[in-house]
Amino acid sequence: MCAFYKKSRRFNGIVNPMNTEQIKKDFSIFSHAARSGKPLVYLDNAATSQTPDEVLEAMNAYYQKYRSNIHRGVYAIAERATSAYEGARLAVAEFIGAGDPGEIIFTRGTTEGLNILASRLTLGLSAGDEVAVSEMEHHANLVPWMQAVKARGLTLRFLPVRKDGRLDIEAARAIIGPRVKIVSLCHASNALGLVNPVHEIADMAHAHGAVVVVDGAQSVPHLPVNVEELGADFFAFSGHKMFGPTGIGVLWGKKALLEKMEPFLYGGDMIQEVTLDGATWTDVPWKFEGGTPPIAEAIGLAAAVRYLRRLGMENVVRHERELTRYALERMSALGGVMLYPAGDAPDAPDRIGVIAFNIEKVHPHDAASILDRHGIAVRAGHHCAMPLLRKLGINFSLRASFSAYNTREDVDLLIAAIADAQKIFHV
Amino acid sequence: MEDFQGDELYRENILDHYRHPHNTGVMEQCTHRAREVNPLCGDEIEIFLRFDEVGKAANVSFVGQGCAISQAVVSMLTDWVKGKSREELARADETYVRQWLGAPVSVSREKCAFLGLRALRRAIDINN
Repeated sequence: MCAFYKKSRRFNGIVNPMNTEQIKKDFSIFSHAARSGKPLVYLDNAATSQTPDEVLEAMNAYYQKYRSNIHRGVYAIAERATSAYEGARLAVAEFIGAGDPGEIIFTRGTTEGLNILASRLTLGLSAGDEVAVSEMEHHANLVPWMQAVKARGLTLRFLPVRKDGRLDIEAARAIIGPRVKIVSLCHASNALGLVNPVHEIADMAHAHGAVVVVDGAQSVPHLPVNVEELGADFFAFSGHKMFGPTGIGVLWGKKALLEKMEPFLYGGDMIQEVTLDGATWTDVPWKFEGGTPPIAEAIGLAAAVRYLRRLGMENVVRHERELTRYALERMSALGGVMLYPAGDAPDAPDRIGVIAFNIEKVHPHDAASILDRHGIAVRAGHHCAMPLLRKLGINFSLRASFSAYNTREDVDLLIAAIADAQKIFHV
Repeated sequence: MEDFQGDELYRENILDHYRHPHNTGVMEQCTHRAREVNPLCGDEIEIFLRFDEVGKAANVSFVGQGCAISQAVVSMLTDWVKGKSREELARADETYVRQWLGAPVSVSREKCAFLGLRALRRAIDINN
């Protein structure tokens, strides 16, 4: 079984303390965005989450009380800003189980983190070397590798996905051989919400000396994550999917590997010394943070991490899995709803709060428009995972994805709206 | 929640065109044709026109797949095309589509709504 399952069982004895009505009150958008009497039912959390007020307040405090650049001024507010920014690094490190805050690099998001890795980790590779990614990757963990491989004459291999949406472990074992230098895969798939057995894949990769890159965009907001226990060498995720602001993400990497890695953004704040003949780089992590970083956003991300820690990630995952199970059961009972992957148990242990589905005979764009008129926000499209959807035999789907603030009532409203779409289309 | 009374965009007229589209099929004897796709949702429309000797669209057809909005609009559009000259067809723009739909279309659905129009315009602009 995957590491996630073992982890979640450990918390079975704890009573679920999630008070979703209170949690909703922490997010002003739910009192503001209601339309014509209908509450906002926000079920597009895999795309981006909402932001609790305390995250906005933390960012405002920086702007209103101590805005200044970091690592430079010797004056009081600059010291306060520097300490808040570096404190955010520490908060993130603790949150994902990184032993050393110096291994936390602030980026603009998962996409930037993965682009940095694709460009930098392939620098020393040569023709004949291989990079392996899975078929279920978000385009952000696919296209950067495609481009890097093309630029350097490498080969891109694909870890196949079975019809049930899971990685084919035996096929992966056959592919991950001595030529493979990098293996990159998502911790949880954005389109289907399935958690990968990262540790198993990481062991295969490490046995051949390859480094393991993990796209954690969909796992960090919804699961307890410990990057060291996971077996990853690099791990990238975004702030905006985990109650943080847009424009900030995190790239974690093992210190020894980061020290060997060439910087990506050259400029101020990342150098040790510059002469007209050249420059030397400062230490990890700052050598990867050229220019003025997203300071307010880092402070906001730290506030989001505090908020999530207060909820408890084991409670978050239990709540979201419970909602998923409830929604899947109600969809099945309603009939005329196709679920992906087909035939999954509603409480499959490797599943988190994402439901990919279609309404029979209703195009997903039409369905999403009708759901929107009910105040329900879902995603319709290919979810930036075109190869995976093709594998499942579909081109696009609807996707409902849950967060801590979603309730069973949200699910009930979703079901009523699906029934309305069926009625309109006379299904 | 109060009972939701359908949706003004998905009126019976639109749904009729979607379920039973007019003027469908590939036209081998066409004088003009063009295909448009919306890669974001996979909707596609190919439109075929045959102009007669006096320059009127004597025949029109389309093949396509996609959402109710894109498919209903192109069905209505092909009804309108029949008998028009190239100059008349060139005047068709987004306001025509909004009129056929008879209901506001949200920005995120405009690509669906205008897909058939784009195919028509491409057909008469590019092929001669």
